[in-house]
Amino acid sequence: MTNGEPLKIAIASGKGGTGKTFVATTLFHTLIKRGLQVTLVDCDAEAPNVLEFFNSGKIWEEEVSHQVPVIDTEKCVFCGKCHEYCEYKAIFYLPTMKVIQVMEELCHGCGACSYACEFGAIAEKPVSLGVVSGFLINENSTLIESRINIGVMSPVPLIKAAISKIEPGIAIALFDSPPGTSCPFIQTAARADFIVLVTEPTPFGLSDLRQSVETLRQIDKPCGVIINKASLGNRDVYKYLDQENIPLLLEIPFSREIATAYSSGKMATEAVPALEEQFLQVFSTIKMNYGNSHHQW
Amino acid sequence: METAIISGKGGTGKSSISAAFAMIAGEVVLADCDVDAANLYILFDPEKEEERVYVGGKKAVIDYDLCTNCGLCVDYCRFHAIHTIDGKVEISEVSCDGCKLCARVCPFDAISMVENNLSRMFSGNFRGGKMVYGRLAPGEENSGKLVNMVRAKAKELAKEGNFSHIIIDGPPGIGCAVISAISGVNQVVIVTEPSMSGLHDLKRAVEVTQKFNLNPWVLINKFDLNTEMTVVIENYCRKSGLKIAGKLPFDPIVVDAMVNLKSIPEWAPESEISSRLKKIWRKIVGGKNPC
Ligand code: SF4
Ligand code: SF4
Ligand code: SF4
Ligand code: SF4
Repeated sequence: MTNGEPLKIAIASGKGGTGKTFVATTLFHTLIKRGLQVTLVDCDAEAPNVLEFFNSGKIWEEEVSHQVPVIDTEKCVFCGKCHEYCEYKAIFYLPTMKVIQVMEELCHGCGACSYACEFGAIAEKPVSLGVVSGFLINENSTLIESRINIGVMSPVPLIKAAISKIEPGIAIALFDSPPGTSCPFIQTAARADFIVLVTEPTPFGLSDLRQSVETLRQIDKPCGVIINKASLGNRDVYKYLDQENIPLLLEIPFSREIATAYSSGKMATEAVPALEEQFLQVFSTIKMNYGNSHHQW
Repeated sequence: METAIISGKGGTGKSSISAAFAMIAGEVVLADCDVDAANLYILFDPEKEEERVYVGGKKAVIDYDLCTNCGLCVDYCRFHAIHTIDGKVEISEVSCDGCKLCARVCPFDAISMVENNLSRMFSGNFRGGKMVYGRLAPGEENSGKLVNMVRAKAKELAKEGNFSHIIIDGPPGIGCAVISAISGVNQVVIVTEPSMSGLHDLKRAVEVTQKFNLNPWVLINKFDLNTEMTVVIENYCRKSGLKIAGKLPFDPIVVDAMVNLKSIPEWAPESEISSRLKKIWRKIVGGKNPC
């Protein structure tokens, strides 16, 4: 934890539903109970649901927007250069009919069209992508949620904005990562010091885990694995971890009590108090081995 | 007829259910549109007939023989993908959105765009008919476009082979990939779980389907893990005029089947869960038979 930077741990899984949010919220809860300063960032902007597990009040909210072009058809000479410069085909252009139009839902806000126009016909306006909000859990801890507007293509700007809102001086930041292994996941993982991958010991679980591990190796990030629902399934995931030298941080057997508590929005530790000690152990392992990893933004 | 199976979020059992439907329906074209984490091929081990490269987008690359470190590209990149690190201008592959603006502004033509071409689309035969699936390489974008490619191929195969059904295992979430997976389909089944977050995700998925004027079926999986929430979800469906396709209990058979690389009805044809799945499928395709 160089220069007061928090230790940043992302909790991820190749796919949703393996218990990633369960792990993130339980870890968060456990650390809070020890009086540590923790911020949990819900980076799953497409379906944030961490908030449901905590009773808390919103303390701030910030709209995240990008700049979308507005074409002044009075000044436009229909040269078509903006259309040519737009890599996302967001400018609809029919020169013969003198029609030019920005399709906002396709626009990435890159600014190439504004740069292209030599006739001063393009201005820009902000268009909302979603909101990032902060919630107070107790005097030490906060929750930051990213939430994308329906129809917006990429959650990445929301994720970046949410992570950038972590207060300086906080000791630990947990990221509840978006599912999958595409850009949103990579953007989240790239900002963490260590990634906890949550998986299930099944062929689907193994396939998703493999893909996550390969992705993390590409961006050179250390990871460890929590096997959830450990009593169901087979041993292939364990063999894989052995082969690849990936630390197994914890096994959580399938338990109806956990499933039921979790599905009612309760903390799993209420159902199985022993989990708390185990999660603390996971945290100590990560802190000890990766706490000083050089952070990268 | 195209039936898409989606879920507001992953892990609801959508893929196991899609696999079961595919085997129950008989000869089908099965399209795995969960391109970010395709895994039905694990169960069905399709025989590959065709492999196509999918170009997902581009990334900017600097030629350091030409770059003078002037820093202009850094100022223009709105995705903060270019930084000066130890006195040298560098592009972060992770953050580059592929807009090409840096390549256009560079006075020394030092930047070029390279294609992301590691993603693939596969198609071939499996024991239930034809199968198509896409695999998006890590970090590549535009999964919606790959989904479109998979669906186009599925339609082509259905036409050639006279298949009456296309079953789409959709991507999780409510993003552009889901929109690509459900636009123009005949019906949608949303698989949900009885939990607070399940209901929340269900509502968001319903919103998306309604944008396409689809009246979705709702299938409650693992309903016995929280019967109170199941009632809440059923009430929500009734109030909102959503059709309930049926309920499935939590059953270790689902995992056993997967571990043995079989779909549920293949692994345990006589089980209660298989007969429930058959009933649900009949209900969905027949549109009647209350179960
Ligand atoms: S800002 Fe970029 S993406 Fe949007 S219309 Fe202009 S060129 Fe296209
Ligand atoms: S570049 Fe400017 S002048 Fe040319 S078509 Fe676009 S808006 Fe019109
Ligand atoms: S292509 Fe666009 S996003 Fe990528 S580095 Fe260049 S300006 Fe930035
Ligand atoms: S604009 Fe071109 S020359 Fe200038 S720093 Fe960027 S790549 Fe190098």
